[in-house]
Amino acid sequence: MCVERQSDRIERAIRTLSAWLAGTLLFTSPLLTQAMPEIQTWNTENGTRVLFVAAPEIPMVDVHLVFAAGSARDGGRSGLAALTAAMLSEGAGDWGADAIADRLDGVGAVLSTDVDRDMATVALRTLTRQPAFDTAIDTFATLIARPTFAPEALERVRQNRLVALRQEDESPRRVAQKALYRAVFGTHPYAADPSGTPESVADLRREELIAFHARHYVGSNAVLAIVGALDRAGAETLANRLVGGLPRGEPAAPLPEVPPLAEATLTAIDFPSSQTTVLAGQPGMRRGDPDYFALYVGNHILGGSGLISILMDEIREKRGLSYSTYSAFLPLAQPGPFLMSLQTRNDQAEQARSVMIDTLKRFIERGPTEAELMAAKKNITGGFPLKIASNSNIVQYLAVIGFYGLPLDYLERFRERIESVTVEQIRDAFARRLHPERLAIVMVGAPATGALGDAGAAQVSLARGTP
Amino acid sequence: MLLLLTFGSTLAATEVHERRLNNGLKILVKPDHRAPILTSQVWYRIGSSYEYGGITGVSHLLEHMMFQGTEHLAPGEFSRIIAENGGEENAFTGRDYTAYYQNLANDRLEVAFELEAERMRHLKLSEPEFLKELEVVKEERRMRTEDDPHALTYERFSAVAYDASPYRHPVIGWPGDLEQLSLDDLRNWYRLWYAPNNATLVVAGDVEPESVFALAEKHFGPLAAEDIRPPKAQLEPEPLGEKRLRLKIPAKEPYLLMGYKTPALATAKAPWEPYALEMLSYILDGGDSARLARELVRGHQIAASVSADYSAFERLPGLFLFEGVPAKGQTAETLEAALREQVARLQSVPVDPLELERVRNQVIAAKVFERDSLFYQAMQIGLLETIGLDWRLADTYVDRLAEVTPEQIQAVARTYLTPERLTVAILDPQPLGSKAQAALSSHQGGSTHVR
Repeated sequence: MCVERQSDRIERAIRTLSAWLAGTLLFTSPLLTQAMPEIQTWNTENGTRVLFVAAPEIPMVDVHLVFAAGSARDGGRSGLAALTAAMLSEGAGDWGADAIADRLDGVGAVLSTDVDRDMATVALRTLTRQPAFDTAIDTFATLIARPTFAPEALERVRQNRLVALRQEDESPRRVAQKALYRAVFGTHPYAADPSGTPESVADLRREELIAFHARHYVGSNAVLAIVGALDRAGAETLANRLVGGLPRGEPAAPLPEVPPLAEATLTAIDFPSSQTTVLAGQPGMRRGDPDYFALYVGNHILGGSGLISILMDEIREKRGLSYSTYSAFLPLAQPGPFLMSLQTRNDQAEQARSVMIDTLKRFIERGPTEAELMAAKKNITGGFPLKIASNSNIVQYLAVIGFYGLPLDYLERFRERIESVTVEQIRDAFARRLHPERLAIVMVGAPATGALGDAGAAQVSLARGTP
Repeated sequence: MLLLLTFGSTLAATEVHERRLNNGLKILVKPDHRAPILTSQVWYRIGSSYEYGGITGVSHLLEHMMFQGTEHLAPGEFSRIIAENGGEENAFTGRDYTAYYQNLANDRLEVAFELEAERMRHLKLSEPEFLKELEVVKEERRMRTEDDPHALTYERFSAVAYDASPYRHPVIGWPGDLEQLSLDDLRNWYRLWYAPNNATLVVAGDVEPESVFALAEKHFGPLAAEDIRPPKAQLEPEPLGEKRLRLKIPAKEPYLLMGYKTPALATAKAPWEPYALEMLSYILDGGDSARLARELVRGHQIAASVSADYSAFERLPGLFLFEGVPAKGQTAETLEAALREQVARLQSVPVDPLELERVRNQVIAAKVFERDSLFYQAMQIGLLETIGLDWRLADTYVDRLAEVTPEQIQAVARTYLTPERLTVAILDPQPLGSKAQAALSSHQGGSTHVR
């Protein structure tokens, strides 16, 4: 219920980065004494794979139910997956939105839905005590299996999402992010933002939502992660109660391959902002990629380690050009983007872009030093205990491991894999996988030559409306 | 409270161990052995509400400089050492505090203490680092405020809502003040506030209190105390009438902010008042079942998004805030009228006991869920101590809220949510010009080779 009032507190943290990467990175331990979460796994009768870790200390349970029902499944109806997930809590079974809200809030349970390009996630956190537990579980089970998509609720949610989409157009960083994905992925389903466009959201029909739900919200297309104060028997019972109402159905088909970029592109978007957001990217790597560890550790050194990364050093620490800058591989089922980001005063945009791209080129040419690699390994392995300290950490890891079919000993073996990465492997992987001469670059801001807010000085555009 | 008795075991407060060093540094340790990690946080009693006109933003800029070198550490070395020890670290500045933290494996506490003790009294503050960091902070201000219509509205709204209180200043500083900040300003500020007797050290996690105290004595013990003179109170005068402002900012959607002047815990006429205001904010905005979501978003469809916020735990009297974006076909004015109607109803009709019951269950559950975050538990302790309150208030919070009656909620609504205490800001969206139009786009065949 907190009003987000950034102005009341200023953190040096790069929030966007942590939000983007939350739950997607897996670390490992330097301490042989570190107890690994013991993952138990089984399948429900209707085909849902369950991953469970017992956490007896706090009388609560976290559940993440993940369907292969992200925006890559929109089938040209951009925003369909996101709108479907948003409608779950607006009516299900015999309950309307008010009744669902009363049931959950009445026992202090927290339910949320989230849709990215690969996944639709329905998350629940509840106390284990009664009547909270039964009430929360029954509500969750009904929401995922029997949503009603009531027409009046759908229209309200649609209109409010259209308002939210217009608000997103007020943010130069959000505009830039959407443009970068379009530039990197072209005609691939990953190109579209999960939230859709004003035109596409306005056009979605109730029947499409019902059909999308019937096709994708099925047992064999789901992975269930459970962490909490339960034993194995209790977790099995819980899993059956949560997903037992779903038909077995069919797993979603594999997504198409991501084509490489044929050439460099530059997308410049006029925006009446004081800063220009500069993004660069290209297709990166997939989950379980053979180059995963070399690219992951290499990027950690280049721009993935916050204040101490090479990118931060060049752009912020040496030159004061940007408050936040980073690079990241965002692995998905198919290769997700490699991207680099900064935002700087409009008249410094060209300079900052040059530094950013030159930094990438230099890193690809020379690779990391032994000292840089050593420091990165210490950081990644030494920080591992922090990454699995809370139930909310662990449940997110379980969802990723289960959804992307990573081996169950992934966490245990992660440390040795990080430790075994060499300078040569990083240099080799970066040279093979990244092509700085074929980057998609996006710049959103006021052209340095134009006066701020003077629309008359804007560049002549080749397109009308949102690019 | 019968209801709470059933939660006795669930809500059992974990112990916090206290110690004060001879130089005045207060240390609070909260053992939690769930995982082999810890969080170490140093909270200074300094923030933007300690600043005076002309040097706003100095506390936040100083926080940046704390990473830019000491007598024994080169710029950036602090962060590199923490990183090599597998740590997460950062800092944040607010109106009432500046806090620095490291999250580490449980055997690395001494690394954090050694580094924090060094920068508590031995910061370098060199001119080239200052000039560069000032540019970084200006970029931060552009990113957070100038290019964010809602943040910009909130900044101007605060400057009007408060008459005398230093809460009228933005934490990041006014642009004009950032232009004139000097290294001398920072040196003076550092000397005035960065001292063991103006700080609270909080450690939570898999640690033994006695060994934490011993380590703290070793590293912080030798540091000299400073003569700390708390800032002069800048009390708000009695409000004499509603204030309004309309801001013309490039945006796509209107935005409404409303704030009623309210007391903080330390300044309330009666100790239950702030808790009644907190309960009132939950009645309006405690999840999807609360009144704002039920009636304004779903029922009457006046708001696309709307929220209410109040915090009892602030150093100075603040505001009961509403913010919202009107739904399609509505305006900021119709949303304002609907919110005023909500306030009027709270003043005239006591809250239904069932609504109160639902909120109680939510805060009880939230208190249990909190235990999953070590950092947040430590942060609550540090915040309370830093604004001059007792850390035990975090443990009694649920009980205090549960004691609030419908009559008390009605009373605070009548006392504080009155028109003369109100400031309203409306963002009046201006065209974004010809933005969102690709000048050079690969999709238009206008691709450019980048070298």
